[in-house]
Amino acid sequence: MKPDNHQLVEMLRQMLRIRRFEENLYQLYLARRIPGMSPHLSVGQEAVAVGVCQALRQQDYLLTTHRGHGHVLAKGADMNRMMAEIMGKETGYCHGRGGSMHIADVALNILGANGIVGGGLPIAVGAGLSAKCRGADAVTVCFFGDGASNIGAFHESLNMASVLRLPVVWVCENNKYALSTRIESVLSGASVAARAQSYAMPGHAVDGNDVLAVYEKAVEAVSRARGGHGPSLIEADTYRWYGHGASDNRSYRTREEENEWKKKCPIEKFKTRVLSAEIATEEEIGELEAAAEEEVQAAIRFADASPLPDPEGVMKHVFSKS
Amino acid sequence: MAQLTYREAIAQAIIEEMARDPRVILLGEDVGKFGGAMAATKGVYDAFGQERVIDTPISEAAIIGAGLGAALTGMRPVVEIMFIDFTACCMDQIANQVAKARYMLGGQVTVPLVIRTQGGAGKSYAAQHSQSLESWFAHVPGLKVVAPATPAAAKGLLKAAIRIDDPVLFIEHKLLYAEKGDVPDSSEYVLPIGQAEVVRTGKDVTVAAYSRQLVFALEAAELLADKGCDCEVLDLRTLSPLDMAAVLESLEKTGRLVVVEEGSRSFGVGAEVSARVMEEGFDLLEAPVTRVAALDTPIPFAPVLEGAVIPNRDTIAAAVESMFVKG
Repeated sequence: MKPDNHQLVEMLRQMLRIRRFEENLYQLYLARRIPGMSPHLSVGQEAVAVGVCQALRQQDYLLTTHRGHGHVLAKGADMNRMMAEIMGKETGYCHGRGGSMHIADVALNILGANGIVGGGLPIAVGAGLSAKCRGADAVTVCFFGDGASNIGAFHESLNMASVLRLPVVWVCENNKYALSTRIESVLSGASVAARAQSYAMPGHAVDGNDVLAVYEKAVEAVSRARGGHGPSLIEADTYRWYGHGASDNRSYRTREEENEWKKKCPIEKFKTRVLSAEIATEEEIGELEAAAEEEVQAAIRFADASPLPDPEGVMKHVFSKS
Repeated sequence: MAQLTYREAIAQAIIEEMARDPRVILLGEDVGKFGGAMAATKGVYDAFGQERVIDTPISEAAIIGAGLGAALTGMRPVVEIMFIDFTACCMDQIANQVAKARYMLGGQVTVPLVIRTQGGAGKSYAAQHSQSLESWFAHVPGLKVVAPATPAAAKGLLKAAIRIDDPVLFIEHKLLYAEKGDVPDSSEYVLPIGQAEVVRTGKDVTVAAYSRQLVFALEAAELLADKGCDCEVLDLRTLSPLDMAAVLESLEKTGRLVVVEEGSRSFGVGAEVSARVMEEGFDLLEAPVTRVAALDTPIPFAPVLEGAVIPNRDTIAAAVESMFVKG
């Protein structure tokens, strides 16, 4: 199922939107305009978000991590409401109650980013189970990192999704580091994809910086799930350009390594392909970049102009009737 | 009206609610074909089959998460954690995910999930199978915590828990499962969560208890009646939210309060009720609130040691009497 030119341009556009959003967020953070913990930026990982989400339909569910802005944007979340949430404003997706790590757009079936490593995997089992019980044509995609592949919930969730034959696609973004911990030192068996075999599901290792390669694997896994054949695991090889958080000094890796990965930028790689296949011109791509930047700037203006949540209402939403 | 055991009442509630609403499903270890480790879900699998009754692997985090994910996407799951002691294995999902999902997402979701579990001591099941951990969960904003003492309350409160749109931790007691009681036949017998019940009226002292300790509190009240002390016994039923109005209404009559719990004394239910009474009904007190609770130890194995740790009829009666000795 090869994407047509329109979809290829759309993939590039989505990656550019994510890149501009995250880069601007970094600047906002440095300028102390974001409360709380540094945002966890996904610069460098755009191809995984876009490649997977392009294989999804609106009715499919998505769960993600603390580094989830890219995934959420790629599934269609509104930049204004995201930016407002990250800035703690009333107009944010969660009315300022969640922040960066708990962004969700339930109307789009984005069940949320999660601040607990591995926290979303059991929930993905539930979304998959629910779809199966209801006979709904909905696949659940669950993003998590290389670090999360070691937490108990990963093993419980993959096993349960497998024995119950649930329509779930597990997507591991292996960006080589769990905060400062290099993945080789903590991952027995050296491969997350290889763990799929233990849970009786297909495991695919893919170049996470090649949006079309990711897309192809995602289409296969989503189709398998939708067809009632159960879950799959995709391990996408990628890299985060920033630290775990934006202010992390990155002492645990070398600038040489970072530069090697920057040369494999998923956006630059795809731009080159698009240009050489004459699917878009330099000028058209420039327009996409400018539009992405303007969309982010508009979101910042929206968030800046938005009111703070009213402390009088702080107890609202603890329970269903509040 | 029928005479049912506590476990039969629970199974009846589940079967009725599953018949009433196709979105209700049951998950847990051994809950289906086996009928539950405590035989509290006997008959549910026969009635509804594997589509709606799922026997899970031993995976507490995935069990709770599966319940949460299903609750977020249109189902109304009832999941079981076999022993409350095992909630320690899935605390992230319960406290960080289930309890907080609605709030963190700014009201975009409700979580109509019931987590059934059982706790309590008295069978020499030892430290890891005998705890009463309600305080842990009552302390987490976003969860409701219910602990029925009778078969009727078990049925009525479980039906309520399944019907409300909030997550409920429904704590059964292992020594109550075989107890019989009158249970209304009606499939609309639904008791309100957050409401306590006076089960014995009296004028001298309020004894607030819940779960199995309610049985001991009533026995203590009989003993004390022979000695001329008239106890009003209040079944708290819901621990979070606490029915302080009921406590204060009783206290207004009696002026004295004893709170009985099976959890360990420090930082427990009695501590919370005491603090609330001080804040909301200090002038009603003729004596400080007395707490009767388990000692601050892991639950021992040997029956004689276990018996020394958890409250019983005699320790409750002694605690009540001690409130009058000083005048």
